Amino acid sequence: MSLMEASLPSTALATKLRAENVSMTFERDGNITAVLENINLEVVRGEFICLLGPSGCGKSTLLSIMAGFLSPTGGQVQIDGETVRGPDPRRIFVFQERGVFPWLTVEGNIGFGLFKMPRSERDRLIAHYIRMVGLQGFEKAYPLELSGGMKQRLEVARALAVNPDMLFLDEPFGALDSITRLTLRRELLRIWEAERKTIIFVTHDIDEAVQLADRVVVLTARPARVQSVVSIDIPHPRDISSRSYLDFRDGIFKQIGLAHQV
Amino acid sequence: MTSLARSARWDRFYLPALAGVLFLLAWHLLVAWTATKVFPSPLEVERAIAELIRKSLLWSYIGDSLRRVAVGFGAAAILGIPIGLMLGWYPTANQVVNPVFQLLRPISPIAWIPIAILLFGVGDPSANFLIFLGAFFPIVVTSVNGVSNVPSVFRQAGRNFGLSPLLLLAKVIFPAALPQMIVGLRIALGIAWLVMVAAEMVAVNSGLGYLVIDSRNAGKRYDLVVAAILLIGLIGLALDVCFRKLETIRSVRWGFRHSA
Repeated sequence: MSLMEASLPSTALATKLRAENVSMTFERDGNITAVLENINLEVVRGEFICLLGPSGCGKSTLLSIMAGFLSPTGGQVQIDGETVRGPDPRRIFVFQERGVFPWLTVEGNIGFGLFKMPRSERDRLIAHYIRMVGLQGFEKAYPLELSGGMKQRLEVARALAVNPDMLFLDEPFGALDSITRLTLRRELLRIWEAERKTIIFVTHDIDEAVQLADRVVVLTARPARVQSVVSIDIPHPRDISSRSYLDFRDGIFKQIGLAHQV
Repeated sequence: MTSLARSARWDRFYLPALAGVLFLLAWHLLVAWTATKVFPSPLEVERAIAELIRKSLLWSYIGDSLRRVAVGFGAAAILGIPIGLMLGWYPTANQVVNPVFQLLRPISPIAWIPIAILLFGVGDPSANFLIFLGAFFPIVVTSVNGVSNVPSVFRQAGRNFGLSPLLLLAKVIFPAALPQMIVGLRIALGIAWLVMVAAEMVAVNSGLGYLVIDSRNAGKRYDLVVAAILLIGLIGLALDVCFRKLETIRSVRWGFRHSA
């Protein structure tokens, strides 16, 4: 029996995350604001999903619910078949670069989640992830001495060091200049292809979504509903001047109701 | 050396030194000009300090004052920081004790002198207690604020990595609140140094505060009074300068404005 189960291909396409009728309302000064309305979504293991929507539509709220920082007022999120009840080191939330700890060095930040490990193992992992995100030479530096892009890479390294099977990224490159942003997208894809984590990535940037995602989940303005799910079946590395790339991009532009001319 | 560096050095070192010399000169001239019999000239104050050294009182008085401040301030820090951390961590507890704290906070420790003497008698414990009272409340209040100002991103990140509440407090909340606590400690040390003078005037018979009141009472020695005042100012300044060095420690430097 166990052999049979092991040989089933189900693991390859297993559902990693399932959002069922997730709704969220906030109450403030007696006014009830609906932020999310009946979100249904299924994410496959190892998939790269972009949640795309206008600013303030509630996509960050959805991400916080998936990560367990917020409880939805309706519906539920299941990960690996279990209802999410709180944050978990198996799934790490990457904030904009604000999330790095300014009182710790680069080494200290990357080793932060490894507090249960013996020293030698921890040092080995720290060195590995410093190399992976290209922060060699800055091991003893404090975040204050790093650029925005370096801080963002540091936060990704800190998340990867605990070997999570999911990453939640909340507009991680939003505060960076466009050149750094492109470089970091490429690095994130390289890391994703090497380690095959399931990634949920929130963005309001259509190009970013089409460059990165296996599937783009387009959300409506508040209260957010799933407007459409677009599968981007272009292999990486993606040529951002190719016909198919532009077609996907234009399609999403149209769905959101934006014209091409500025 | 560039002209910019030269002018920076002028601003930071030579100009203040010049101002100090001018102040002493003005003081000297004013005393000479008014021909006062009471207020001492700078030279008389210098001779008074020399007299204190000769009688081997100077270092023992300074030592006594510093020791009392160290004990009172130290106790306030040892008690105040954990209490502040806890109250910041449990906002409900803070709401319960906050009214009492807010009531006690604006009371000058000097008002407690009769009670201190009633409780501890005349002697070191009374002075230590008064200094403790002056330092305790600012330390608690800034620690509470430090904790409640910790950005939620840091708390969430800490929880995400699976830290227990105790570890979260030790590894995230405390270091994140530390810069603000250092500011509170610095303010508290300044207050402790102020309260020391008043406490030593009534509760003990040694120290710089005692020197002020004793010199006046025993023979109206205003040269010694002014010498004591000058010493109190200089040592207070030195304590503050030393404390500011803490702000440049690398793991807290991010919390201060001169951080670059």
